[in-house]
Amino acid sequence: MTLLEIFKIILLVLLIVCAIGVNLTKRLLPAIIIFMAYSTIMAVVWTLLESPDLAITEAAVGAGITSILFFLTLRRIGREELKDPADEDPSADSEHAKEARP
Amino acid sequence: MKELLRAWFREELSGMEDFLDTEEKPDISRVEHKSAVRKWEDTLLSSPEMQKMIHMRQRRYRTLYRVIAVISCIAFIAIMLYMIAHLPRYGFKNPRADVIARRYIEQGLEETGAVNIVAGMILDYRAFDTLGESFVLFTALVCATILLRFGMRDKEQSVGAPVYKTSTDNIIHMIGFFLVPAILMFGIYIVLNGHLSPGGGFSGGTILGSALIIMSASGGFDITDRIFTYKRLNILTFIALGFYSLSKGYVFFVGANGMHNPIPKGIPGAILSAGLILPLNIAVGMVVACTMYGFYSLFERGRIGHA
Repeated sequence: MTLLEIFKIILLVLLIVCAIGVNLTKRLLPAIIIFMAYSTIMAVVWTLLESPDLAITEAAVGAGITSILFFLTLRRIGREELKDPADEDPSADSEHAKEARP
Repeated sequence: MKELLRAWFREELSGMEDFLDTEEKPDISRVEHKSAVRKWEDTLLSSPEMQKMIHMRQRRYRTLYRVIAVISCIAFIAIMLYMIAHLPRYGFKNPRADVIARRYIEQGLEETGAVNIVAGMILDYRAFDTLGESFVLFTALVCATILLRFGMRDKEQSVGAPVYKTSTDNIIHMIGFFLVPAILMFGIYIVLNGHLSPGGGFSGGTILGSALIIMSASGGFDITDRIFTYKRLNILTFIALGFYSLSKGYVFFVGANGMHNPIPKGIPGAILSAGLILPLNIAVGMVVACTMYGFYSLFERGRIGHA
C-alpha cells in the first residue's frame, strides 16, 4: 500500500466522520464549521480523482460562499454564539427561537 | 410546538384582524391591537380544553410521523441499492455506454477547439445545461431579493433590518487590502483561461464574488457600493444572460440546420481560441459573481447598493 493510498483512505474516513458529525452536532455554529471541513476535504478528494474543475468549484462554493451565507443566516435568526450576549434582550430571543426548537 | 400553533393562529386571524381594525376600533393603534390579539391567543392556548386537544393531537401524530419517517427511509435506501445493483461494475467496459464519452475525449479538441475538454463539454456540447444553470442562479437572486429586500415602501417592516456596522478592526482592513487584488486577479485568470486550464465561468465567478465579499466585509459596503449599485447589477446580469442566450441560440440554429458555423475556432492553446467558449465563460462568470455578491449583500443588510 503506497503512501497516497493511505492518504486517500484517511481522507475518505474523515469525510464520513464529517458527514455524520454534521448531523449529530446539536449547536449550529460547530455544525457549519464541520460542514466547511467536509467541503474542504471533498475538494482534496476531487483533486485526487483528477477533476480539478470540480475541486476549484467545491472549494469556492462549498467551503466559501455557502458557509458565509450560513453564518449570516445564523446571525440574522439571532440565536447561537455569534451574537454578543451583552446586547441581547430576552424577549427578542424567545421570539426568534421558535422555529428551531419544536 | 406552542409557538408554531401561535403562528398558525395568527395566520388564521390575519384576515379578521383587518376587519376589526376598520370597523370596531378605528382609533386603536396597530401595536396595541397586536398585543391584544396576542393576549387573547395566550389565554386561548392556556385553557385546559385547548391544552388537552393539543396534547392528544401531538400524541396521535407523533407515532404516525415516526412510522412514516422509518418507512420512507427504508424505501429510499432500498431504491438506491436496487439502482446501484443495476449499474455496471467498477472498471467494467460497457461498449454502448461510453460512445458519447469517447467521442468527447477523442474529438472534443477538434470539434470545440478547447484544450480543457470539460470546458468544451459544458459550454459547447452541453451549453444548454449551463444556460439553465445560469438562469437558476439568476432566479435564485431574484427570489432572494423579493424575500429579503427591505424596501422604502414598508417602512415599519424595516425596523427588523439589521443595523450594519463597518468593521473597525485594523487587522481585517489590512488583510482585505492585500488579499482582495490577489483574489480578484486569480478569479479573472480562472475565467479567462477556462478553455485552457481547469476552471471556467462558474468557479472563476464564485472566486470573483468571494473577492467582492471580502472587499465589502473588510472595507465596508461603501467601496463596493461605488461599483455595484442595484441597477448596474441588473444591467450586467441582463447583458450576460442575453448575450449567452442569443449567441448560443444562433449556434443551435446554425447547427440544427446543417449550415456552416462562421465562428472561427482559432489555434488550440491560444488565449483567443475555442470559438464562443471564452465569451461565454466571461458571461457566466459575470452572472455568478453578481449573484454571489448579491446574496451576501441581501443577507447582510437586506439590500443591494444604495437604499
